[in-house]
Amino acid sequence: MITTEQVAHLANLARIALTPQEIDKLAGELGIIVDAIAKVSEVAGADVPATSHPIPLTNVFRPDVPGETLTAAQALAGAPEHDGSRFKVSAILGEEQ
Amino acid sequence: MAKAELMDYDLAIEMYEPVLGFEVHVELNTRTKMFSDAPNFFGGEPNTNITPVDLGLPGSLPVVNEQAIKYSISLGLALGCSIAPSSRFARKNYFYPDLAKNYQISQFDEPIAFDGNVEVELDDGRVFQVSIERAHMEEDAGKLTHVGGSTGRIQGAEYSLVDYNRAGIPLVEIVTNMIHGAERDAPELAKAYVSTIRDIVRSLGISDARMERGNLRCDANISLSPRGSGILGTRTETKNVNSLRSVERTIRYEIQRQAAILAKGGTIIQETRHWHEDTGVTSAGRPKSDADDYRYFPEPDLLPVEPSDALIAELRAALPESPLLMRRRLKADWGFGDTDFQSVVNAGLLVELVDTVAAGASPQAARKWWMGEISRTANDRGLEAASLVTPAQVAALVSMVDSGELTDSLARQVLEGVIAGEGTPAEVVAARGLAVVSDDGALIAAIDAALASQPDVLAKIRDGKVQAAGAVIGSVMKAMKGQADAARVRELVLVRASEQ
Repeated sequence: MITTEQVAHLANLARIALTPQEIDKLAGELGIIVDAIAKVSEVAGADVPATSHPIPLTNVFRPDVPGETLTAAQALAGAPEHDGSRFKVSAILGEEQ
Repeated sequence: MAKAELMDYDLAIEMYEPVLGFEVHVELNTRTKMFSDAPNFFGGEPNTNITPVDLGLPGSLPVVNEQAIKYSISLGLALGCSIAPSSRFARKNYFYPDLAKNYQISQFDEPIAFDGNVEVELDDGRVFQVSIERAHMEEDAGKLTHVGGSTGRIQGAEYSLVDYNRAGIPLVEIVTNMIHGAERDAPELAKAYVSTIRDIVRSLGISDARMERGNLRCDANISLSPRGSGILGTRTETKNVNSLRSVERTIRYEIQRQAAILAKGGTIIQETRHWHEDTGVTSAGRPKSDADDYRYFPEPDLLPVEPSDALIAELRAALPESPLLMRRRLKADWGFGDTDFQSVVNAGLLVELVDTVAAGASPQAARKWWMGEISRTANDRGLEAASLVTPAQVAALVSMVDSGELTDSLARQVLEGVIAGEGTPAEVVAARGLAVVSDDGALIAAIDAALASQPDVLAKIRDGKVQAAGAVIGSVMKAMKGQADAARVRELVLVRASEQ
């Protein structure tokens, strides 16, 4: 069961503007998805460890060797605003996390 | 900002038990970033040490730096932690432009190292056990510069400029469990703890650990528990305290500030605070809120890290001696007394001394320079001594004094030049023309001139009143602008006097 409050909270955290109608609709749909996943979970017994990845791969590493980098011009090419070397963003009332 | 009311420190400790906790971020000095092959170098031209991965561009995929994993495991082992047989990365979701992806790759429920213990020695030699909850890997964020507004701080800024060169630099965050029992020594323990972590990462060689450069950053948590209540207080978290001295001052200040509020029946707000080095106060930052709902979930682009027992054993075998044991050994090796040795430790200059001795200087000479002239200059400028000169430069200076190429007073001038960035000691000597005049011919000429102008002194010396030579030595040293070895001048004065 997903409540409209939960959906509104998540939408706010994800910076997605939703109308009350959309929130109602999503709460219903998300509830169905969560129930469906819960059904799948019923199949897994206590002997099946939880996993975050479907493929049994581990330890995929990269050697510590420098490679190609972008130039500042390339980095800024897609930026809506910049000062020639840095990205320009509106001042946000927040802080480093 | 309004000045907070503070309670007398002794009274605060009488009424409340301080409970501490620390989060120390260590930037690893790998060659490349945590998840991209961009050089691990913050500085230089903005936005040049970055790849599409660091900008989170569509289609880019992070890949874990193997060296960063090894460094993290070594650090975990040095902190007495267990290494997780399997750990994974997670996305910490938040909207702030210091990371372009709108999330930071971190570790959440499966950190690489957990359940450790660090022995922390206080100034008087008492050893305190600090229990480590976890050490996890994550990536550093970009650097924001707030433009507009008068203060340069975010309040009132019109816009911000972002440099992502630092984004993606590997970090290990070391989190302690709550620390009880430090009592009135809480500020000192705080400083000693961060200093110990710094010593450990330096001894491992995995970080430059320069606090003033942000290689090592401390977030200090503190709460006060009313005596006898058994109830934990609400904590505040003071962010990015950037020197050992500031760590100590922050804790002391927060104890006094929180105590004053509690004693009046007020409540402590759980919030992030900022330390202001110049005014010696903390100020309120962001209250804990919805924004802390980071919605961590496993990073789908990265696979679990499962270090083999063989790798862990290999890294364990390669661990250097613990700083605490090393201190005990060095003290004996160097033949320093308790006070002399402890003063070096307290000044945080042990590693500098070790490196200076390794570069050829005697322990006594290394101590003299680091604890003397260099520390004085550092204090005057409000900097850390280690940021002024390198151990190799100090060893070179000592060697020039030992060989008679420089006198002590000349060496001080050379040091000043090295600190001013004029080059190596040899370069400063050459550029400033500071070498001792070792040419006996030039000295003899000056001595003869001095003797000729002070015939009464010459007569006294001839009569065997050797002390009278002092006046001649003085005028010769003056003529040589101090660039002569006084002992050699004295020898030559006596020779010349007897020959005339």
